[in-house]
Amino acid sequence: MTAIVQKSRPSFGPGTVVLAGLSIFGFTLMVIRWVTGLGATTAMIDGRGWGIWIGFDVLCGIALAAGAFSVAATVYIFQLKEFYPILRPTVLTGFIGYGLAALSISIDLGFPYRIWHLLIYWNVHSPLFEVGWCVMTYLTVLGLEISPIVFEKFNLKAPIKLIRSITIPLVILGVVLSTMHQSSLGTLFLPMLARVNPLWYSAILPILFFISAIAAGLSMVIIEATMSSAGLNHRLEVGLLGKLARAIPYVLGLYLALRIVDMLIAGDLRYMFAGDLYSFLFWTELVVGVIVPIILFSLPATRRNRYRMFWTAILVVVGLIFNRINISLIGFDGAPYWPTWQELFISIGMVSIGALAFVLASRYLAVFSSHHSEKTE
Amino acid sequence: MTINRRDFLKKTGLGLSGLLVQPDISKLKLSSESTEDCAGMLFDASKCVGCTECQVACKLRLNSLNPDEDISEYDLNPRDLSAYTWSLIKLYKDEVDDSRSSFVKVQCMHCLHPACVSVCPVGALTKAENGPVVYDDKKCFGCRYCMAACPFDIPKYQWDKVFPLIQKCDFCADRQEAGRQPACSSVCPTGALLFGKREDLLEIARERIKNDPRYVDHIYGEHEVGGTSQLYISHVPFELLGFQALSAVSLAGLTWPWMSAVPGVAVVVASLMSGIYWFTKKRNQPQEEEKEE
Repeated sequence: MTAIVQKSRPSFGPGTVVLAGLSIFGFTLMVIRWVTGLGATTAMIDGRGWGIWIGFDVLCGIALAAGAFSVAATVYIFQLKEFYPILRPTVLTGFIGYGLAALSISIDLGFPYRIWHLLIYWNVHSPLFEVGWCVMTYLTVLGLEISPIVFEKFNLKAPIKLIRSITIPLVILGVVLSTMHQSSLGTLFLPMLARVNPLWYSAILPILFFISAIAAGLSMVIIEATMSSAGLNHRLEVGLLGKLARAIPYVLGLYLALRIVDMLIAGDLRYMFAGDLYSFLFWTELVVGVIVPIILFSLPATRRNRYRMFWTAILVVVGLIFNRINISLIGFDGAPYWPTWQELFISIGMVSIGALAFVLASRYLAVFSSHHSEKTE
Repeated sequence: MTINRRDFLKKTGLGLSGLLVQPDISKLKLSSESTEDCAGMLFDASKCVGCTECQVACKLRLNSLNPDEDISEYDLNPRDLSAYTWSLIKLYKDEVDDSRSSFVKVQCMHCLHPACVSVCPVGALTKAENGPVVYDDKKCFGCRYCMAACPFDIPKYQWDKVFPLIQKCDFCADRQEAGRQPACSSVCPTGALLFGKREDLLEIARERIKNDPRYVDHIYGEHEVGGTSQLYISHVPFELLGFQALSAVSLAGLTWPWMSAVPGVAVVVASLMSGIYWFTKKRNQPQEEEKEE
């Protein structure tokens, strides 16, 4: 119903055109990478086998999509139905985010066409095996969760009914899968005791990755809601986002406490105050991405103002990206590395494809107005 | 000393017995007994004269493995290991005291609890019963996790190929199976490189260290990352030869507690979520019915 109203004004602003251009350029580079190989297109060498496609696209992409399971659980499990208006955009972002993470993995793999080997050759000891399986399964779960917006568009009642009937098990499965793989992305780095800088290595990396992903995922919800309200002219639920923002200091606070206590126990104090590049990056990450957002989100003045909320959420997301880049690239002992322009523009292309998909879905599908149709049905 | 090591191996062996490798765990009982039984090599840096016979023999074998492709032109004077150089003699040159200069051979260490094997998501790397860590190029999909996880920076990649494979020393697993020793140790003219049972080699190493005070009192690879098949003794401090000081912690053992907890965590989270759902639904029952009608 409301979808039709939105469809009547599909105006493409300059932003959309830029996104489309970057997406096409990025995709072209991806095809070139598939045809010519990793050595020809990337700066990766022996001694630096993982570049920004793992450090940024996969690690950050998956963590930033963590809002999907958090909000789905809030709405369906804790049954705080007031959050329903932000559910669909969040789940859609999750779906797009995981799709892009899968695409990034297929760009990064030496044998992209063997990606299905994960299905038949198992190694349950490998964190990457688990991450791969969870991403595949969770992508399916998110696809099912979001599928009603497509069915609604074509007015297909039967499949909507089917999805509705399995929503709760789907959401529970989503929470389980997310807990598993968000933490396993941290487990990924546990064997690299000798490689990862002690400022980022921790015996509880799985827990730290999981908690930081929730904080950043919730912040992403605030960012998307704010940006899409500006770009797509729909009403912004400032009060609702404020409530979400109120939860973030608790999550970040727990993260900060665990991280600092763990570092003190491990005896990493000397690295924290070493005064070198790493200690500088460590403090930047912690102050900008954790401590300042805890303070700002705790202030009611921040939570009442959409712009203040937006920029504070940006800090959390930047902090998470810093963290994942630090652990996988800068604080990761290996050969010197700076990504090639192809690597950079493929990463930029990935983000653009995601944003473009979100914009198009918001224009043509009932992403933001579904709560009306939900109630009227 | 011996008792400590046995205890240590037993301890790690217990903790890792489930971990050590793959669906075919039964094939790889890496308990304390079998690790001592597995093959190893001992490199004595004080005996190496840097003739690079081992390096050449390795290259020739690699060529024979890839008859269709001439790789002899690759890396004519390699400075480091690569996809086409699996074994390499390096020189540590002491500018001040030349008697402290030394050659050192680098190749895959064939860890007893290999991190690469435990992290490979498709099980392309496996630890063979008799020691070699071998690679199945039909399974590998090129994620390069092994390269990131290896504490010795050994697995290399064919960056020049569109579909690159991981490459590293395979301890001449095929030759060993045929009852022959690895190409490198078979040609060593000075006895700097010995092939044998790891346990026997450790005895030899201890003996040499005991009888000659010039040796550093340490067998590199005995305990490092849970022990390696390749053992080193030297009259020059190991750091100078490029060996990192590594703890005895088996890297593969660091992930297993978390990975093995996954099913349990999944069950707990699922039950918790179901419980909360049931509870909140009950609490919201009246409104809920209203809405659904």
